[in-house]
Order: sequence, then structure tokens, then C-alpha cells
Amino acid sequence: MKLEVRDLSFWYEEKGRQILSQFSLSADSSERVGIIAPSGFGKTTLCKILSGYEMPQSGEVLLDGKTLKEYGTYCPVQMIWQHPEQAVNPRLRMKNVIEEGDRTDSELIEKLGIEPDWMNRFPTELSGGELQRFCIARALGQRTRFLLADEITTMLDLITQSQIWHFLIEETERRDIGMLVVSHNPELIGKVCTRIVELNK
Amino acid sequence: MNNRWNRRKTLVLWLVIAVVFLAAVCIGGLFCEDAARATDFSRKNIAPCLKYPFGTDWLGRDMFARTVRGLSISIIIGVCAATFSAVMAFILGVVSATMGKTADTIVTWIIDLVMGIPHMLLLILICVACGRGLKGVILGVALTHWTSLARLIRGEVLQLKEQIYIKTARKLGKSNLYIAMKHMAPHLLPQFIVGLVLLFPHAILHESGITFLGFGLSNEQPAIGIILSEAMKYLITGKWWLALFPGIMLVITVVCFYTTGENLRRLLDPASAHE
Repeated sequence: MKLEVRDLSFWYEEKGRQILSQFSLSADSSERVGIIAPSGFGKTTLCKILSGYEMPQSGEVLLDGKTLKEYGTYCPVQMIWQHPEQAVNPRLRMKNVIEEGDRTDSELIEKLGIEPDWMNRFPTELSGGELQRFCIARALGQRTRFLLADEITTMLDLITQSQIWHFLIEETERRDIGMLVVSHNPELIGKVCTRIVELNK
Repeated sequence: MNNRWNRRKTLVLWLVIAVVFLAAVCIGGLFCEDAARATDFSRKNIAPCLKYPFGTDWLGRDMFARTVRGLSISIIIGVCAATFSAVMAFILGVVSATMGKTADTIVTWIIDLVMGIPHMLLLILICVACGRGLKGVILGVALTHWTSLARLIRGEVLQLKEQIYIKTARKLGKSNLYIAMKHMAPHLLPQFIVGLVLLFPHAILHESGITFLGFGLSNEQPAIGIILSEAMKYLITGKWWLALFPGIMLVITVVCFYTTGENLRRLLDPASAHE
């Protein structure tokens, strides 16, 4: 599958500052594309647009030539957020969070190192790294074709980072899921990605 | 782990005590209806003793029966008014937050309008307009007390709508109904229940207040406000028990409702699960 954006322009109305202008990118599901840019250059905004959270002022997002809306209610491009504690409902137990994904494999949950004991806990009773695993599991549902990873391991220790990235590389290659990796860290991007794109103003 | 008696259990204990007390008063009131009205001139103006723990009044009525009966009327009014009020607040709050800008402007304007008029004045006006009596008091209290809860619910829904986990659920293909039931209800329900319970004491105090002022219930019904206002006339002659015990019982009832609400709020909050 091919994820494409053409001539993307975007600005947040209240600020009036243009974040993206005439940006184009095309990524195949066999690739892992790394995106590097300093703070405030619209990396997160780009992810939000690609996964349909924000609508661009001009330009379009196409997955295999079709817009995201044409794929129905489940968005095949899923985004994993930088702060997992904001991406899970504090009043839901973790097993309900997992259930939200699209028929998530129990094998996948095991491979991510999620312990059965965590399922009955509330998000406040888990650490950031543990929560992020749940968010990854939830995003990797059956119908997911593209994964956007927005600084997903920035706050984790090196061992956990390497566990998560090894898992993600293996899983996305096995299922032919494309990946877009956003990070501040050029070394990480160099290790994980097959191609690097720099975001300029 | 050794100390099994944690704060959570203390909360539950207080909750149970408060609920049992309120239920006892309510049920007791049903059986005291005749006793509260029965006059007997052979036993008038008796100070509190073992047989009449709250004493008797100038018509020889048992003050204990009157107090329990009065409180049960007050509680019923409180429950009706608070429920009516809270349901109204919930509906208007949700409408305001979800139905677009025009609806929001209108509801907010109404809230400001009702809040701008002093409670007591509006209450008296509504009571008089409906004719004094149960209906007027319930309607009056309900129509004056929904505003703050409606604001709270509106704010909560507006804030929830912007949460990342709600937006993510939408991208995971969840319907509006699913999001409302699974994601929003666990946040709104505790707010709603606590708001509802904390409205009870308000409603009861206002009911007593308005009855005391003479705009509320009629004299035949031994509501707590009537008992207190009648007792005022006899207070000077040294019959202190006529006002003291009903007054204390009223305060205890209000405190009970308040404890129930506060404890419910803490119990429903997962952050306090391990206290």
C-alpha cells in the first residue's frame, strides 16, 4: 500500500502561522520513513493530518489512491501519541483499552511484554512505558495498514526503547504495515528507518 | 497490607450510616402521620422526658413524632426537587455542549439569567405563582438550583470532547453512542450523582426557609419549617425544646446528605482507589 500526501498546506487558525506549505510525501508500506525536524516544524501536525485528526487547508491524503474517509469508520492509518497517559481514558481499565483496538491479537499483546496482571489496572497504576505498549497494541488492529509513531519512545529508557522498536520492526514487516517515524533523535531514526525525510519551512 | 481498615472502608461506613439514618427518618415519617397531628391537652407543654424525648407542644402534640414527620416531608421534597433539578441540568448541559454554538449561547444565557436573580426572591415568586403548597415548593427549588450543575456538566462534556482518547476512539471506528456510554459516562456519572446528592441539603434548607417565611407549605402539614416558625412564638416563654430538637435534627439530616455526597464522590474516583 502507498500513503501519499500532495501539496499539503496547514495553519492553525488562532495562531495564524503557517505550519506546512506545499508539502508532499509518498511512503510505501514496505518502507519505514523517518521524519526529522526541529521543534515547531509541524511533525506532530503532519501525523495528525495523515491519520485524519486534522483537516488540511489545502492538499489531500491518499491511501492507495483513496481518501481516508472512503475506508469507513475505522481509520487504516493509526497514530501513536507521544504522551500515552493522554491517549487512554483514566476511568477505563486496561483490558477495556485493549478491546478498543480492532481484534488485537493475544500473541501480539504477549510479544509487547504486557503482563496479564496489568489488564485489571487503571492507567494511573501503570508507568509511561507500560501504557505506551497498550497504545501500540491498540493501534495495531487487524485493519491497520499504516502506523505513525510520533516520538513514541522519547520518555523511555534505552532497554525499553530497543524492545519496542525491535517488536515494531518485526511486526510491521511481517504484516506489511508501513511506518512513519517521527523523532528528535537522528541516531534512532538512522537505526530504525529505511529512508529519512527532513521537514523544512 | 496489614492494615485492612483503610480510609475507603471508613468512607463506606459513614455512607451507610448516613443512608440508614435518612431511610429511617423517611420510613418513620410514614408511621408518624397520625401521631404528629394528635392533640391531647392532658399532656401539653411537657419538657423532654423519657416518654416524650423531644417534649410536647402547647396543643399536647408529641414533638418527636412531629419532627420525624416534618423531616420525612422535607426529605421527600428534597429528593423530588433535587432529582428534577439534576435531570434538567444534565439535559441542558449536554445540549449546550454538543448541539452547536446557537444552542450553547441560548443555554448559557438562561443560566446567567437564573443565576443573576437572587435564589430566595425567585423561589418566593415561583411558590406564590404556583399557589402555596408541595407543588410550588418542589418546582421553585428545582427551577432555581439546576444552574451550577448544568454549568459543570457543560464544561465537563466540552473538555471531554477534546481529549485525545476520545478522538482516538473515533479513529478506531467507534460510534457516538459507544463513546458516550463507554468514555463519557464514567466521567459524567459521578459528577451527576454527586451533584444530585449535594442538591438535597440545599433543597431541604430552602424548603424550610421558604416555609418558615410563610410562602411555602400550609400550616396543616408539619413540615420542619412550619414547626420552627411556630416554635418561635413560644421560645420566649421558655419552651426551648420546641425549636432546639427539630433544629438539630434538620442540621443532622443536611449533614447526612452532605456526607453521602462527599463520600460517594471519593469512592467513585479511581485515583482514590488505594487510599
